[in-house]
Amino acid sequence: MFAYALRSLVLGLLVLVAVAFIAFSMFRFVGDPVSNMVGQEATLQDREELAERLGLNDPWPLQFARFMGNAARGEFGVSYRQGRKVSDLIQERLPATVELAVLSAIFSTVFGVMLGIYAAIHRTGFVSNTIMTLSLVGVSLPTFLIGIGLIYVFAVELRMLPSFGRGDVIKIGWWSTGLLTESGLKSLVMPVLTLGFFQLTLIMRLVRSEMLEAMRTDYVRFARARGISERSIQMRHALRNTLVPVVTIAGLQLGSVIAFAIVTETVFQWPGLGSLFVNAVQFADVPVMAAYLMFVASVFVIVSLVVDLLYFVIDPRLRSQSRLGKAH
Amino acid sequence: MKTFSKAFLAVLAVGTILASGVQAQTLKWARSGDSLTLDPHGQNEGPTTTLNNHIYEALTERDAAGKLGPALAVSWRVLPNDPSVWEFKLRPGVKFHDGTPLTADDVVFSYQRAMQPTSDFKGYLTSVADVTKVDDNTVQIKTKSPDPLLINATNSILIMSKAWAEKNNTTKAQDFKNKEENFAVRNANGTGPFVLVSREPDVKTVMKRNDAYWGKGEVPLQVTEIIYTPIKADATRVAALLSGEIDFVQDVPVQDIAKLKEDQKIRLNSGPENRTIFFGMNVGAADLKSDNVDGKNPFADKRVRQAMNMAVNRAAIQRVVMRGESIPTGVIMPPFVNGWTKELDAVPVGDVAAAKKLMADAGYPNGFSVTLHCPNDRYVNDEAICQAVVGMWAQIGIKVNLVSQSKSIHFPLVLKQPAETDLYMYGWGVPTFDSNYIFTFLYHTREGSLGSSNGTGYSNKELDKKIQSLNIETDTAKRNATIAEIWKVLKDDIVYIPIHNQTLAYAMKKNIDIPVDVSNTPKLKMVKFAN
Repeated sequence: MFAYALRSLVLGLLVLVAVAFIAFSMFRFVGDPVSNMVGQEATLQDREELAERLGLNDPWPLQFARFMGNAARGEFGVSYRQGRKVSDLIQERLPATVELAVLSAIFSTVFGVMLGIYAAIHRTGFVSNTIMTLSLVGVSLPTFLIGIGLIYVFAVELRMLPSFGRGDVIKIGWWSTGLLTESGLKSLVMPVLTLGFFQLTLIMRLVRSEMLEAMRTDYVRFARARGISERSIQMRHALRNTLVPVVTIAGLQLGSVIAFAIVTETVFQWPGLGSLFVNAVQFADVPVMAAYLMFVASVFVIVSLVVDLLYFVIDPRLRSQSRLGKAH
Repeated sequence: MKTFSKAFLAVLAVGTILASGVQAQTLKWARSGDSLTLDPHGQNEGPTTTLNNHIYEALTERDAAGKLGPALAVSWRVLPNDPSVWEFKLRPGVKFHDGTPLTADDVVFSYQRAMQPTSDFKGYLTSVADVTKVDDNTVQIKTKSPDPLLINATNSILIMSKAWAEKNNTTKAQDFKNKEENFAVRNANGTGPFVLVSREPDVKTVMKRNDAYWGKGEVPLQVTEIIYTPIKADATRVAALLSGEIDFVQDVPVQDIAKLKEDQKIRLNSGPENRTIFFGMNVGAADLKSDNVDGKNPFADKRVRQAMNMAVNRAAIQRVVMRGESIPTGVIMPPFVNGWTKELDAVPVGDVAAAKKLMADAGYPNGFSVTLHCPNDRYVNDEAICQAVVGMWAQIGIKVNLVSQSKSIHFPLVLKQPAETDLYMYGWGVPTFDSNYIFTFLYHTREGSLGSSNGTGYSNKELDKKIQSLNIETDTAKRNATIAEIWKVLKDDIVYIPIHNQTLAYAMKKNIDIPVDVSNTPKLKMVKFAN
């Protein structure tokens, strides 16, 4: 297992380098930051000098090499948009995104699994039919619309929840949290629902179909024949066997939720990494874009590593196989 | 008895508060983008200068209508014996937020800082040779040659404290090549009506009233606290106003204006902005890259340009694309700029038949094809305007291939030398409120520091001479006559096809009334709360 983890880590590093390489080959198409960085009075010579100073005139492989050299030393430069250190910006924005992503992952997993089990057990009831229909809405409705819809109902009409921002946050070291204040918690409700809704429906539909599959297998039939209670069969035998694909999906979804909360963050003016990235793209803020993409790639690498390791915990067969493998 | 005295004290306290009018009045302000930096010389960009103007001040300031008036300077003059020296008398008794007094040293320091290579305001001060202190309350600016218009740049150069900048190692304007953040990017010490309390970029900036403000008796200064929040998504920004979480929204999306006007709790003010939208044509190239005409440039023929100008139905663009929120124009200059006349602004009559005839006369009876470059995230409805003109030009046989893309890609096409576009959309504001600014950047031959935004290749040497003479002509009447002459030539030459002046819309709660500021830099020290 240790060798396996090490191999994954080396592969992960390769992925990071590849992502940076592709990113730098594409930055040319995002545009030229210089025209955003100077006012309309700037002369042609001013622009040229700035581009030269920032090394923007160099061929992109050279820019890539310089970026990798600096990144290896943990140096990501200064944002062209804000004139602040990129590492500071990412560190500042990370808590907002992580809190949002983790809460919506918990929300979608807990409710997704529960509703999925319910819909699998009561296959034909009115309630589960309603749940299934609503889940179709969740899969097909764009996140943007869900967010705006929630804002109009709960912020404009009912005035119960704030329409934007994180509310008051409390600093714990460099981490800022909205979980400890009332306005912070209120601010989390709508973004979490919006971001988690798609994941929820996905997990629910997956659990339901896997459950239905498992209920048809031989071991469930034998368990019934042995007179084990239906509840115990459902929860201990069927559900456990549905978990492997669910963990895979939920894990990878957590990665994409952290990485691509962009739409939700934009709708709710959530000060996380997603909105940082959107602003960076519009400004052609190369240092921020590069660092953000590296960050996202690392998240995916780590999440898939953790998911792989979780298989060992959930599925006893994998454990025994690796033990057998050692014995040989 | 005890209860009575308590009640009495309470009444007394309330009475005192009401009498002195010191209720805490917080104003929550939102617009689509955040300021980029607090460094007063770091970025010459709309939201940045708007926010910085609440903390810092310049020698002069412009009111909502664009009229120049005194600020940190109480008076100024050109020295009678030397027309190349401007002298400013500073306002006595002004203090920075840290309590230190404003002196001539701070002004000299700030101008020198703004003239450094990394400053984004050096373009305003290219004519300046030297800035010197005469005494504690007097500063002289010497220009390389007489510069009658220098005064128009003084409202843009914000004054910071020399001692503060030296103490915090921020004597140079922010530099993107640095590895560390410049102290002035997130800290500020100005003389303005509001003091910075906290700043989280892209999240929230809090300012409180400067109770020691020099202009306390002259301006209302009723706002005690400003909470400034950028809200990027249009729908969310409007929702935040409707839900009462925001008091004042600066960038109201065009599609929401009608709805907000009907809302009883909302006040909507709209008015012209200092920005004209127009199309530029590559008239200078021998042959166009994107057209299907070989060996010659159709835009070089004035009749083609006339035809295209006539084919644009500005009234339709105003009505359909802009939903009434624009002012069609016949010249690339908003009305409050020196040199504007009604005749220049006359919108050409849309006449497709006459335009077709001009095309035929020019040798293009069947038209030609050409690529139009357009931004899609810079001006109000920019892409939709381009789509509209594509249809209008098709009527006279010009097949336009529309390419609309992000501002970061669009503007470099125009600003490269030579420009990499044959036909493009552009917008221009005139911060100096004088025609010379338009001539210098958009019409002068592109050479040296002149004509930097002229992507048309237009070059008229005789006109260039006249444009340059404006920089040194000190006789106002003579100067204005030259401006009129230049515009006459330009109106006839049609290098640019003017579309409209953009209008601005501000939405706010009913208890405040913030007029639309032509430079789009609203001044919250002027806000009064109605009861």
